[in-house]
Amino acid sequence: MTTALPSLGRVSRTRAGVELKEFFRQRESVVFTLLFPVILLLGLGAVLDYDLGSGVDFPQYFMAGVIAAGIVGASLQNMAIHIAGERSDGTLKALAGSPMPKTAYFVGKVVQVVAVTAATIAILLLVGVLVFGIDLPSGTDWLTFAWVTVLGAAACTLLGIAVSSLARNARSASATITPIALVLEFISGVFMPFDQVPGWLQDVAAVFPVKWLAQGLRSVFLPDSLAASEPAGSWELGTVAVVLSVWCVAGLFLCAATFRWQDR
Amino acid sequence: MIRSTAAASPQHSSPPDPEAAISIRGLVKRYGDRAVVDGLDLDIHRGEIFALLGPNGAGKTTTVEICEGYRDRDGGEVRVLGVDPAKGGRSWKADLGIVLQSGAGDSQLSVRELLTAQASYFADPRDPDEVLELVGLTDKAGARGRTLSGGQRRRLDVALGIVGRPRLLFLDEPTTGFDPEARRQFWALIRSLRELGTTMLLTTHYLDEAEELADRVGVIARGQLAEVAVPTALGGRGTAPAVVSWTEDGVRRHAETATPTAFVAELAAHFPGEVPDLAVSRPSLEDVYLTMIGDGS
Repeated sequence: MTTALPSLGRVSRTRAGVELKEFFRQRESVVFTLLFPVILLLGLGAVLDYDLGSGVDFPQYFMAGVIAAGIVGASLQNMAIHIAGERSDGTLKALAGSPMPKTAYFVGKVVQVVAVTAATIAILLLVGVLVFGIDLPSGTDWLTFAWVTVLGAAACTLLGIAVSSLARNARSASATITPIALVLEFISGVFMPFDQVPGWLQDVAAVFPVKWLAQGLRSVFLPDSLAASEPAGSWELGTVAVVLSVWCVAGLFLCAATFRWQDR
Repeated sequence: MIRSTAAASPQHSSPPDPEAAISIRGLVKRYGDRAVVDGLDLDIHRGEIFALLGPNGAGKTTTVEICEGYRDRDGGEVRVLGVDPAKGGRSWKADLGIVLQSGAGDSQLSVRELLTAQASYFADPRDPDEVLELVGLTDKAGARGRTLSGGQRRRLDVALGIVGRPRLLFLDEPTTGFDPEARRQFWALIRSLRELGTTMLLTTHYLDEAEELADRVGVIARGQLAEVAVPTALGGRGTAPAVVSWTEDGVRRHAETATPTAFVAELAAHFPGEVPDLAVSRPSLEDVYLTMIGDGS
């Protein structure tokens, strides 16, 4: 046979299409990943009504947190649960036996995470502005928003792919990763002001990427006067970049070491 | 009773045959201390349908998965379409079709979308709609993968296995869970693939399936190939004595004979009319299979 195998670019486009259809056609994943943060925002935003100082109300504070939760859901939880499912039902094994370049599979996953993350953030911003009248970021805050989101989503995607190997199937992955994500979000100041989290829990949170993702996003949505409430008294954007980057590198090594195309 | 034939036990010193679809010499696979495959030799010719039989745990799936490139081996030589599966790249995989036991997972994609995606991984795929026609799923082209019945799903698995125009197709217990009619339809599909020149390695628990489809069958027992033969000759079936049974004076009688025709003629002369309840039988594939795998255990 002299016909050349299809290029990586062509197969990657196919995989991206497959991943988008798999996600957006599945009601559970759309509701759980896309709409859950919106419900959180609407629910908590309506119930909790206190002033954080500098004219910042709870919805304005929570905007950073709920976007962080949306990013974690679209990357960490989404990857961990769905890849565990694809491994246990034989989808990955079938792909590994086909001439699909393995890189194309991961390109498809990245496209899916990017699309879901972008959709989640767009919906949250829309609801935030229309329902709660939150102030959108201005000027260079958009740039910070962009790089914090990209680094945070990348770190969480890689971690999600890595931890998918620990679960036996999608259900056990969901039962494991969902509480872990929620706890990390709680101690990272997603649902309540970070300075109300006990000090030792703040230290625990500081090991993980969610805290730094949320902190970077707070710098985007909160006035600089509130930076004084952060543990270091500043947004620590340099540290945010370093910690998230380190988690990206660590996640990449974990993926390379643990990724399996079939059940043992 | 194990009869070794030349085909079953090539000399370990002879190299694998690069012209064969699959050629295995002295294959060894261990899990911990236990050798699941323990010096297995096998040649599968191009264009044939070969059925691999054996009880669970005999090393059947392990052997097949080593050939498919899913598992590493601990010893021996393997060539699949002339290539060592441990080193097979994309172009080698493009010549294989694999229908796994687990089958395709739950998908939100339609049957046609799944086939089109699978086809896009290959250099010279079949037309997805032609493949749907071949496996009888044209009516279901727009249905989501997860809504199919068990038999339809298995036919989709086969469609996904053949859409890349494989030269060698692996079928791992393809009809498990089928009702008798679905199995007949599936067999017809396999025969039509044979017409297209596809070599097939079939593993199955159903001996009638092996007898119906396979040009040759091999029996794996305790990690080795006990015998390879055409289905009608396995375990000496072709030359085994026949058993003639009849009823005389209300008692069921049996006689073993190498010349059943002469025996029945004699019997006929002995009775005034029809011989009551006359039957002539030879060992079934199941009989010889059970003898082989039960040997020594």
